[in-house]
Amino acid sequence: MLGRILHLLIKEFLQLRRDKSARFRLLIPPIVQMVLFGYAATFEVFNVSTVILDQDRSQESRALEDAFLRSSRFALAAPARRVADVRDAVEASDAQLGIVIPAGFAELLRKGQTAPLQVLVDGTNSNSALIALGYVGQIAGDFGQTYAQNLAERTGRLQGKPIVSVEVAERYWYNPNLNSRWFFVPGVIGTLTLITIVNLTAFAIVREREVGTLEQILVTPIRPFEFIIGKTLPFFLIGLLEVSIVAGVGMAWFRVPFRGNPLVLLLGTCLFLFATLAIGLLISTICRTQQQAFSSNFFVLNPMFILSGFSFPIASMPPVLQWLTYVDPLRYYLVIIRATFLKGVGLEALWPQMLALAAIAAVLLAAAVLRFRKSLD
Amino acid sequence: MNPPDAALATTSAAPAIAVDGLTKRFGAFTALDGVSFAAGQGEIMGFLGPNGAGKSTLIRILCGLLHPSAGQARVAGIDVARQPEAVRARIGYMSQKFSLYGDLSVVENLRFFAGIYSVPRAEMAGRIAYAVAMAGLGGQENTLVANLAGGWKQRLALGAAILHRPPVLFLDEPTSGVDPESRRRFWELIHTLSGDGVTVLVSTHYMDEAEYCHRIALIARGRLIALGTPLEIKRHSLDGELLALACADLGRALPLVQGAAGVRDAALFGSRIHVTVDEAARRGPELEALLAARGIAGATARPIAPTMEDSFVSLVGKAALNAATSANAAGARP
Repeated sequence: MLGRILHLLIKEFLQLRRDKSARFRLLIPPIVQMVLFGYAATFEVFNVSTVILDQDRSQESRALEDAFLRSSRFALAAPARRVADVRDAVEASDAQLGIVIPAGFAELLRKGQTAPLQVLVDGTNSNSALIALGYVGQIAGDFGQTYAQNLAERTGRLQGKPIVSVEVAERYWYNPNLNSRWFFVPGVIGTLTLITIVNLTAFAIVREREVGTLEQILVTPIRPFEFIIGKTLPFFLIGLLEVSIVAGVGMAWFRVPFRGNPLVLLLGTCLFLFATLAIGLLISTICRTQQQAFSSNFFVLNPMFILSGFSFPIASMPPVLQWLTYVDPLRYYLVIIRATFLKGVGLEALWPQMLALAAIAAVLLAAAVLRFRKSLD
Repeated sequence: MNPPDAALATTSAAPAIAVDGLTKRFGAFTALDGVSFAAGQGEIMGFLGPNGAGKSTLIRILCGLLHPSAGQARVAGIDVARQPEAVRARIGYMSQKFSLYGDLSVVENLRFFAGIYSVPRAEMAGRIAYAVAMAGLGGQENTLVANLAGGWKQRLALGAAILHRPPVLFLDEPTSGVDPESRRRFWELIHTLSGDGVTVLVSTHYMDEAEYCHRIALIARGRLIALGTPLEIKRHSLDGELLALACADLGRALPLVQGAAGVRDAALFGSRIHVTVDEAARRGPELEALLAARGIAGATARPIAPTMEDSFVSLVGKAALNAATSANAAGARP
C-alpha cells in the first residue's frame, strides 16, 4: 500500500519537475499578486479632487481651507466663485468633493457657536466618498477644537479660571495607523492558497481522466483512497510551501508583523489545505475535461472569495449571505491568519475557527472520496 | 450457484475467462445482452464487431472497471464483480486510448507501473529491461514517451501492461491508428505471449487482424452472434458459395445480379461484387452471360474463398434481420 502511494508521489514530482511552466505558475503569480494587492488594494484615500468655495473670506475660513489642503487628502481641482461652480464641478466629475464655507462662518466661531460647513460629495464610488467625507469631518473637527481651545484660553485667562477641554481621541488597535496593507497582506495568503490548490488538484485529476491514464491506473490493484492520497499529498506540500513563500514576502517586503505562534498558523493552514484539496477533488469528480474544470473552478472560487470577508465586511451582508459565509472555509482561515499575524492570539481565541475548519474539511473530504469512488463506475 | 470459497483459487483446469449471461444496461440502453463464452489458457480470442457493438463494455466489465447489471464473469477464476481488486492484480489492460504519461521517459513510465503493480524490488530491473527489449526501445530508455512514434508507443504500452506477468491480458482495439508494419509486429508479440501461456482477449475492427486469433467472437448490438475459429466462422456464415464478379458498370450490374436465379446475396466489395450463390460452378457462367446480354462489358466471375469481412457482413446482416423480425413479432402481439 505504502509502496503504491510512494510510486504515485514519485511520479507526481517527476511530472512537476519536468513541467517548467507549472513551476513558474506556482511561484511567480503569487508573488506578483501579493505585491499588486499590497500596493493597489488600499482603503486609504489620497488626493481627492476637491473644489472649495470660500464665501466668508475671513482669516478663519482661509485657515480651514489651508488645513484641508495641507492634509494631502484633498487636491484642489478648480477655482469656484459661486455655489453653482461647485455643483457643476461635481456634476461634471471634475471634482469628487465640493466644500462651501458659508458667509458668517468666522462670526459664529468667534461667538463660540457651531459654524456649519456645506459639503457636496459624488457618491458614485461610495467607498472612497464615505472615507473622504470622514476626513472632512475629522479635519473640520480638529480645526474647531483647536479654535475653541484658543478662544477659551484667551477668555479663560481673562476670567482666571482653569479650562477643562474634552478631547475625543480615536485609537485603533492592532493596526494603529489603519494600514490597509497589514489588513490585506495576510488575507492575500489565504486567497492565493485557495485558488492555487483548488486549481492544481482539480486539473491534475481531470487531466489524467482526459488523457486516459486514469483508466490505466484504475485497472491496477490500486485502491481509490491510495490514489487520492498519492494525488493530493503533493499539492498539500506545495500548499504549505506556497503559504511560507507568500507570507515571507509579505513580512519582508511590506513589513507586516507576525505576532502569533507559527504552530497555530500551521495547524490552521493544514486544516484549510484539507478543505481546499477536497474542493479540488470534488470538482474533478464532476468534470470530464480541463475546460469544464476551469469554468467550475471559477464558479466556485469567486463566491468563496466574496463571502470570505476578504474585503467586504460580512456584518454588512444580508442575513442569507451571512449564513452562507459559515460554510466558506476561507472565512475561518482569514480570521486565523489575520489574528496570528496582527493580534498574536493563540488557540484559546481561535479554537472556534479551527473547529469549524476541521468540520468543513472532514465533510468535504468524505464527500470527495465517496463521489470519487462513484465517478469511477 | 457460485461457491464463494473457491473464488480465490486459480486452478489450471478452470478456463482463464468464463463469462455467463453477462448483461450491462445503461439506463434504457442495453450495451451487452446475455453474453456467454469461455477462453482457455494461452488462447487468443478476438472480439469483432462494429463500433458501439459492446466490445469495450465487455472488456471494461472483465477488468472490473464496470459493474455488470446481470450475469457472472470470472477472470483467472475470480469473480470480477465481487473481487475487482484481486482480478486487477492478475490482468493486464491496454485501451484504445494511449495511456502512458507523455511527460515521463520510457523507463520512468515502466518504473511507475511496476511500482503500482507491486512488482518485487529485486525483479523490477529485469522486468523493465524485458519490456524495453520487447518494445524494441533499447537505447531509448530516457526518451520522453511523448516523442515516440505510434508503433513504439503501442508496444511500450503492451510492455507496461505485462510488467506484473498477468495470466490474462485485455487489449481494447490496441492497434487503432498504427501503421500496418507496426500492427504486424504487435501481433507477433501477442503470439509470443500466448505461447508463454498468457490468455489474450483482444477487440478489433480490422478484419485481417481477426485472422490472427485462435477464436473469434462476433458481437453486434450487444449480442454474441457467432463464436469459432476463423475457418469455422467463414465456412458456416455463408449459406452457399462465393463468387467475385468484376465488370464495367458496377452500379447497373448490382441490381441485375441481385435479381438473377440462384443468387442469395450480392454486395459491393471495392471494385468487385461479391455474390453468394447456391452453386458457384454453375452460376458463374450464367451471370457472365446475363451481364453480357444486357450490354455490360468484361464481366468475369470466379469462385473465391470467403474472407472474414464477407462472413462479418453476412452475419451482422442476419442478426439485424432477426432483431427486426422479432421486434415486429413482439409489436404485433396484442
